[in-house]
Amino acid sequence: MSTEQISDDAPLRTRRDDKSGDLAFVGRSVTINRPRAELFAYWRDFQNLPMFMENVEKMEFTGSDRAVWTIKAPVGTKVEIETEITEVVEDSSISWRSTEGSQIKTEGRVSFTDAPGDRGTIVSADIGYTPPAGDLGRAVAKLFMAEPNIQARHELKRFKMLMETGEITTPINHR
Amino acid sequence: MRALTWHGNGDVRVDTVPDPEIINPRDAVIRVTSTAICGSDLHLYDGVIPGMKQGDILGHQFMGVVEDVGAKSTLKVGQRVVVPFTISCGRCFFCEQQQFSACDNGNPVENQDASEKLYGHAMGGAFGYSHLTGGYPGGQAEYVRVPYSDVGPIVVPDGLDDEQVLFLSDILPTGWMAAENADITPGDTVAVWGCGPVGLFCVQSAVLMGAAQVIAIDHHPHRLELAARFGAKTINFDETHVGEALMEMTGGIGPDAVIDAVGMEAHGWAPDNVLDVVKQKIGMGADRGHALRQALLAVRKGGRVSIPGVYGGMLDKWPLGAMMEKGLELRSGQTHVQRYTQDLLRRIEEGEIDTTFLISHRLSLEEAPTGYKNFRDKQNEWTKVVLRPN
Repeated sequence: MSTEQISDDAPLRTRRDDKSGDLAFVGRSVTINRPRAELFAYWRDFQNLPMFMENVEKMEFTGSDRAVWTIKAPVGTKVEIETEITEVVEDSSISWRSTEGSQIKTEGRVSFTDAPGDRGTIVSADIGYTPPAGDLGRAVAKLFMAEPNIQARHELKRFKMLMETGEITTPINHR
Repeated sequence: MRALTWHGNGDVRVDTVPDPEIINPRDAVIRVTSTAICGSDLHLYDGVIPGMKQGDILGHQFMGVVEDVGAKSTLKVGQRVVVPFTISCGRCFFCEQQQFSACDNGNPVENQDASEKLYGHAMGGAFGYSHLTGGYPGGQAEYVRVPYSDVGPIVVPDGLDDEQVLFLSDILPTGWMAAENADITPGDTVAVWGCGPVGLFCVQSAVLMGAAQVIAIDHHPHRLELAARFGAKTINFDETHVGEALMEMTGGIGPDAVIDAVGMEAHGWAPDNVLDVVKQKIGMGADRGHALRQALLAVRKGGRVSIPGVYGGMLDKWPLGAMMEKGLELRSGQTHVQRYTQDLLRRIEEGEIDTTFLISHRLSLEEAPTGYKNFRDKQNEWTKVVLRPN
């Protein structure tokens, strides 16, 4: 995660220049009307993540805190990322980064903080990634709705739906 | 099953489509007994609301009998229910504040992107409307799947006909909330633009809330007659200068509160409206706001402006100066239906509110396309169309 000096309090992911080193940072916050410990526990059990991460095709543990993720990428392609957990702060945050030799370099953190006004928990994701084939690849990915920023937004909203309502809403009328 | 589907401007058809199934635990499937065509369905019919797809099943005012339930539904098979048009989870911050139409979870994630861009925040979900509000199949059909069936639908007591309670799904709470938003105190004069179903319920609600004088504005004589039945005075804008009349009918003060129950397809030949029509047709502007502009100029200093009329995009020539200099208060929004249904059901049961007066035509589902055409083109006579799918 970046430690560069910035001149305001806004998260890195909202800066006009969202790059830190060779990583671009994206992310999103959602406020979820549930207790912090409950949300943390659900997320910490990584087997739960594909429940709301629709782009995760498959997740396999390769160690106690290492896993290989198969992620859908633009135009029907797939990306495999091996990640390791770098830090867990109980009921508060989980950080990860891609391992050496992973197909894509990425790092990220999801954090859980109490929302003011008794509104539940603010869940924020910060994800740093190397855009596929640089800025052009990023534009193409955006076009096909598979840019990490859009994925992160959708996944956090699905997480919120699942935690608040017990289900993920859909207009589809048939299985 | 058979269902009324959208195919383009002025093109709706009754098609055979697959029956809905239970998808999520809180779902129920309803066999529709009555469903109405709404004025806001005409915005879809006229192609002025973005985000429609061919084959979309329309309809957001419906009721029926519970046919099937998911594991977490609190409804029972065989119960008669009215279903609010707003799809609200009942668990998020907004639902807890009773701001049901702002529900965070009722609009599927993928469909939230467009309105997040257009309005700054994602809209809630609704039945049978644009994909901006979820793209959910609607109730002008034999069957409909109802998400969050433990929160929205209200069970109808025996002894009440469909026609007495059907409008709890939308237009009665919409008219009521609009009157509530006008913050009426006894002795007030309230002016209502538009005597469609919502405007007529605004008139009825304003009278019940203690307005001393309600003035209804339209150009269809029969619709003005309906407003007069509830004690409203009337202004026909084809014959009368509305602004002048309102000043003279309020002793030079102006109405204390104004309600725009017209929305984005204002009619008439006022210069601003003609320009809006052209802009809407060529895609330069989304909304036609003549009624609202007139209301903002007519309302008294320090008055209240309530907007139940539907707007979808950008509007220019907004009299912002009048708002600021006269110190107006403005409230609007999609109706928080679930907030009002129990109270309004009681008022219907006690005979305080009549909902059946505005129904002019009862058709089968197969006749729905005719209903759309006439509801749009013969507004004087076709005041409200109810379809009977089963």
